[in-house]
Amino acid sequence: MTDLSDALPAFPMTRPTPFDPPPGYAAVRDAGGLARVRLWDGRTAWLVTNYEQVRSLLGDPRISVDRRREGFPFPTPGREALERSGKTTFVGMDPPDHTRLRRVFTKYFAVKRIEALRPVVQRIVDDLVTDLLAAGPPADFVAALAGEVPARTICHVLGMPLADRARFQALDHERNTLTTSPENVIRATNEMLAYADELITRKQREPADDLVSRLVADQLGGDTISREELVAAVRLLITAGHETTTNMIGLGIATLLRHPEQLRELRADPSLVPAAVEELLRYISIFHISPTRVVVEPIDIAGQRLEAGDGGIAAVAGANRDDAAFPDAATFDLHREARHHVAFGYGVHQCLGQPLARVELQTVVETLGRRIPSLRFAGDPDALEIREYAFLSLAALPLTWDAAEGEGR
Amino acid sequence: MRIVVEIDQCVGGGQCVMAAPDVFDQDDDGLVVVLDGDPAPGLADDIRLAARLCPARAIVVDDT
Repeated sequence: MTDLSDALPAFPMTRPTPFDPPPGYAAVRDAGGLARVRLWDGRTAWLVTNYEQVRSLLGDPRISVDRRREGFPFPTPGREALERSGKTTFVGMDPPDHTRLRRVFTKYFAVKRIEALRPVVQRIVDDLVTDLLAAGPPADFVAALAGEVPARTICHVLGMPLADRARFQALDHERNTLTTSPENVIRATNEMLAYADELITRKQREPADDLVSRLVADQLGGDTISREELVAAVRLLITAGHETTTNMIGLGIATLLRHPEQLRELRADPSLVPAAVEELLRYISIFHISPTRVVVEPIDIAGQRLEAGDGGIAAVAGANRDDAAFPDAATFDLHREARHHVAFGYGVHQCLGQPLARVELQTVVETLGRRIPSLRFAGDPDALEIREYAFLSLAALPLTWDAAEGEGR
Repeated sequence: MRIVVEIDQCVGGGQCVMAAPDVFDQDDDGLVVVLDGDPAPGLADDIRLAARLCPARAIVVDDT
């Protein structure tokens, strides 16, 4: 197949605008929902774009997430180097290893446990909004808010000094930039692992009321997880909820500002906020490079037999715009039922931290609507720059508001 | 309506708790617990949504 691959569409596909998936996804969907695409290394993989088929692929035990298997598709050279370096977590494991290691962490991300963090997240958002109002308009909301809310939340949850956030933000940014060289992806990852290792050592010496201290007390020295596995997992916990939530906040605010009537409704009735956040997750679908898998035993998807060793790409951004699952899917509508979206993936690897992402997103949306009702674009909303990134990502989001809103608050 | 949960399949995603909080909860390990094994008919839609959302297909609803 490789000799024909030059004629195939390349993956990852680019998005002309931040507010719609690559047009290539719709083309594949119209052609039945499955197509071969060409990867950077000349290999091919199956791109799956329809909702039911994406769920089938991600939920099927005959496909594997194990990056060491022959044929596993990597979206960039940096990703391949990283994943093959063996520094993986349960994210890159199949059951039963995946089940064993993921279950070490599930209790800390239970919905009600995360809900208890809502006042902490509210305080973080309130402090940031107070600072924004005091400094006055305009401001770049990517730097001033979208990056800060997850970073400060993670520092609180894991018990990291706030001052360390610049360090892990820079390393995470390097890892997620698609053009970063394999050497630099590995170096940045190793630095993060060293940081996670130091953090664990510090919590062993000086335990506090935080998740890393609890993990050290509950898990270290037992026979479920090794120290090396815990280091890799803490590295994952530091990064997984950072760039993802940052970009959802930035793009979420931008999307709401592009739909002023729905934003007005949201301000008038904050009980709509949770539904609005689900619709934002669906509509934006930030996981640009998408979950990738390799077939272990042949499966049929969209009428096509996928053979063992074939790569599969589950285009969640395509699935979330499938009219069969979301009528008039291209329309942003906070009144629709959107909870069955696959923005957090599907199958046993679905995002563990999604309750925390929801709390952060809901708090930001509600607080901005309440405290800065005059918020609007400072520049051309059609000229927002997308970064070459693992996640759909805005380089900046310049916004302005009525300076009078900062008075007396 | 009968609800069967396969605890071995559960990955603690919490989707069921969000979809039908009166019927599902998570135990100390974050795994699924059925709070109400004989739910009121008015909860049927929420329960079906919970089964549909479960990423590990650990919830089976028998409507008969």
